[in-house]
Amino acid sequence: MRPTCVDKVFELAKRDERVTYIGSDLDPPIVKRMKNDMPGRAWMEGVSEQHVVGMAAGLAMEGFIPYVHTIATFITRRCYEQVAVDCCLHNLPVRLIGNGGGLVYAPLGPTHLAIEDIAIMRALPNMTVVAVCDADEMKRFMDQTLDWPGPIYIRLAKGYDPIVSRAELGFEIGKAIVMREAAADKSRVLLVSTGVATTRALEAAEALEAEGIECTILHLHTIKPLDTAALLEHARNCDLIVTVEEHTLVGGLGSAVVETLIEHLPGAMPPVKRLGIPDDFAHKYGSQDQLMELYGLQPQGIANSVREGLRRRAA
Amino acid sequence: MANDVALSAHHDSTQRLDARSIELRRLVVRALDGGARGHIGSSMSLIEIVRVLYDEILHYRADAPDWKDRDRFILSKGHGCIALYVMLAEKGFFPPETLDTFCRRDSILGGHPEAGKIPGVEASTGALGHGLPIGVGRAMGLRIRKSDARVFVVTGDGEINEGSVWEAAMSASKHGLANLTWMVDYNKVQSAGPTAEILPLEPLADKMRAFGFAVAEVDGHDIGALRRVLQAVPLDGERPNGIICHTVKGKGIGFAENDAAWHHKSSINKELVAQLYDALGAG
Repeated sequence: MRPTCVDKVFELAKRDERVTYIGSDLDPPIVKRMKNDMPGRAWMEGVSEQHVVGMAAGLAMEGFIPYVHTIATFITRRCYEQVAVDCCLHNLPVRLIGNGGGLVYAPLGPTHLAIEDIAIMRALPNMTVVAVCDADEMKRFMDQTLDWPGPIYIRLAKGYDPIVSRAELGFEIGKAIVMREAAADKSRVLLVSTGVATTRALEAAEALEAEGIECTILHLHTIKPLDTAALLEHARNCDLIVTVEEHTLVGGLGSAVVETLIEHLPGAMPPVKRLGIPDDFAHKYGSQDQLMELYGLQPQGIANSVREGLRRRAA
Repeated sequence: MANDVALSAHHDSTQRLDARSIELRRLVVRALDGGARGHIGSSMSLIEIVRVLYDEILHYRADAPDWKDRDRFILSKGHGCIALYVMLAEKGFFPPETLDTFCRRDSILGGHPEAGKIPGVEASTGALGHGLPIGVGRAMGLRIRKSDARVFVVTGDGEINEGSVWEAAMSASKHGLANLTWMVDYNKVQSAGPTAEILPLEPLADKMRAFGFAVAEVDGHDIGALRRVLQAVPLDGERPNGIICHTVKGKGIGFAENDAAWHHKSSINKELVAQLYDALGAG
């Protein structure tokens, strides 16, 4: 997903001279490609995120489409005011590519984990927030970033994640994708997920199917603007909704889903279980998968939460 | 470095104001009266800087604020915006009566300037340390397009406490942005007190040189000196330009000069407005 995203920036730059690339201090091979593929329109600007985002806004004011790329937590936390004021207040087409969203940098500890990036980016007016589930979906998404108005936060996963998206389902920024739909007479469980949590949700759904529990999976690759129509269509008359995200439970996908349901289904809101990272910094290292398991975000944990939710519902 | 020396000399900013500078300050008071609040000291130190820029240096079209070949002026110290509003009104970007609406609910003129709302304002500023990074991006963009348009950014002195300013300075230098000019309204007083006590900036000129700028220093209230230094831009044609403007906080209002208490007033009544006009009348 990460190499695909960067490849796409260079590809877009070849066909559209508005495209510029600003890195901070990641990936020596990119520096070489910048010189070869985008001479004069790509720069490695050093570990200066506040400046880099402001500079990107300045380029966008002059009609360019800057893609800014660095580690997710640094492109969101470190320069939040520049993102808010320079990019969002001016509503400029700056694309912020956040490397290693969620728990990708697990072994590097809490300074490097972007576990509240979706929440803080989502809170900003004019911002679009996207977390695709694999490299193929990244390709389809990136093609649409050229002419999307306003800033976009692009959350990257680890890279080389399993391909689960399907071209025939298409891709449109702001439009949810039904990755799996149970028969209308059977589906009473809705899994709502984003990013690579969708991959885990799909696997959990397969395990549950064997037990006779059919799940519909709504992949909200775009957390903002949220596809309210799709969510409501699939949420109505559910026995259970489970949201799954590699993100703190404070303000992310689960929050966005619940906010929408409360607004639109007063008195008829199905039971919702939100799966995510508790309101705490990670105190363990290991791998992304290990921490996902710790927080109940791997397929087995998701399936267990569905079972438990249905049990409570029946009780 | 020859230019640095030729254009650099310390000034103590004791310039007497001419009739035009007094009239521009009277317009500032008009806006303060309209809004019953505002950054007095921060606007008054800036008047001659924006006066010379808009009278003699910047290329712009008031009837076409987005004209593509215009010079870009970014007031990074957005809190000094009344000085900018006065110049924009005077040059016809919007009617002078608009000054009376300063900070009112439906006004286009807020306590910090907003791009897209006010004709002629290039960037929404107010949060400090944003103008120079944006200016670097705009200067880069203009250079890619082979435009002759230039970028001028005015920061405050307290403002350059912000690290983002120095990040941008390193970048401007790396890219050799001779089309970028960073001016510091160095009035020596920030919101809570003297810059020398809050967070000393000296040796400022040396710092800017060390960050890769061609640097000049000027009395920021001396019209002729400002004209000479701004007409000399680009100072060496290779490095970005840094101009330290030695100014007086509250310049022109005797009782407010050099006093942090007059950085901002959140309540300005008619009596104070009369005192401000009186002070200006004395020149």
